[in-house]
Amino acid sequence: MIDKTVESLREAVSVIGDGAIIHISGFGESGNPTELAHALIDQGARDLTLVNNNAGNGHVGLAALLESGQVRKMICSFPRSSHSVVFETMYRERRIELDVVPQGTLAERIRAAGAGIGGFYTRTTIGTPLAEGKERRIYNGQEYVLEDPLPADFALVKADFADRWGNLTFRLSARNFGPIMCMAADTTIVQARKIVPLGDIPPEHVVTPGIFVDRLVEVPNPMSEREMIENDVHYTPGGAT
Amino acid sequence: MSDVPPDRLTRRQVAWRVAQDIADGNYVNLGIGMPELVANYIPDGREIVFHSENGILGMGPEPGPNEIDYDLINAGKKPVTMLPGGSFFHHADSFAMIRGGHIDICVLGAFQISARGDLANWSTGAPDSIPAVGGAMDLAVGARKVFVMTDHNTKTGDPKIVEECAYPLTGPSVVDTIYSDIAVIDVTADGLVVREKAAGLSFDDVQNRTAATLGGADSCTDIAVPEIA
Repeated sequence: MIDKTVESLREAVSVIGDGAIIHISGFGESGNPTELAHALIDQGARDLTLVNNNAGNGHVGLAALLESGQVRKMICSFPRSSHSVVFETMYRERRIELDVVPQGTLAERIRAAGAGIGGFYTRTTIGTPLAEGKERRIYNGQEYVLEDPLPADFALVKADFADRWGNLTFRLSARNFGPIMCMAADTTIVQARKIVPLGDIPPEHVVTPGIFVDRLVEVPNPMSEREMIENDVHYTPGGAT
Repeated sequence: MSDVPPDRLTRRQVAWRVAQDIADGNYVNLGIGMPELVANYIPDGREIVFHSENGILGMGPEPGPNEIDYDLINAGKKPVTMLPGGSFFHHADSFAMIRGGHIDICVLGAFQISARGDLANWSTGAPDSIPAVGGAMDLAVGARKVFVMTDHNTKTGDPKIVEECAYPLTGPSVVDTIYSDIAVIDVTADGLVVREKAAGLSFDDVQNRTAATLGGADSCTDIAVPEIA
């Protein structure tokens, strides 16, 4: 019998080791696996490289994980936002490395990793400083630049509904990076708002098929990062269950 | 009300002017900030599908205070609504729409635009700034048409339309049309051509506020915009 569910957030992230590359779903404050990020703070793995579109908001979730000092490098497309205080401070103090990748290239590098594609050529960044040092090729008279796949050891992803096979749905635009990150990690760890009996999710409504999911934990009332930021909540280590 | 023809458009009037050039049935991506205003001025009878990089087609207007859901946001991370017919998709599909040439028009802001349509809008190159690019480079090369909506000059009066961009490029030769507060300028094979200018300005006035050579002196017309606060 296949049952990917685990009993606790702690158990879900227990397999993550020092030095891991981790994809973290979310865009801005939507679709972030905030509870899994907090569990990872409590778990304590260090020297991590994180991949997300942004670089965390306020002092919760991804931002709290950065603040804990467990992260060596951030790979993202847009680390600046009105709420990204932690990253900005750490970057200016040279306590964290940054690799900026255009958003579409970031998404496609993740997808490529999940699909077994060994790299791809894109026109994005041609003529810009971000193309420097990269291999070029001409297709149909236009110049393209080579980009590598971006695989991960682990992905932390927030979903809406799930079943024990790991089939997933996502809420509204919180889908963003979730499906491609599930594909691209060796071990995909998902927090779902509700785990339903097998067959309850109609097959045509499944967004991410369970083949891309390894560990699953139910988090019935996920925190709203926006609300926590508005209330200036700081994550206190030891708070995850 | 003054009878003197206005020498510049308000931001909302620029947004209105951009909206007139978006055709019925177009798939459109509006950049964060000023370009978002364009959605308010689509002419009646045109059905436009708005795309947002985070994975939305068919974005509707701002939600009412009781409709806000932070799982439904646009690329600027602001709450939005969905129109009937809208859809959600993951990020790789969203950028396949952009990079695959499926988006008809994107409207972007700019720090500088060069005489050949190079766009600089992601970095001022300042050594202490934190680099951040988002989807700007993807939109610049991927959208079928790139409209730039911008003030013609910086707050200190420097021209934003220049022979060569001093700032790092977002994309080379990508801009199709510039909509500023004093002119509509097409980027053509023959260089920059003024299509329309603010009624209160002469062609030479526009040229004097621009650091690249402009054509269209004999053909340009006055921008006709309604009063918008």
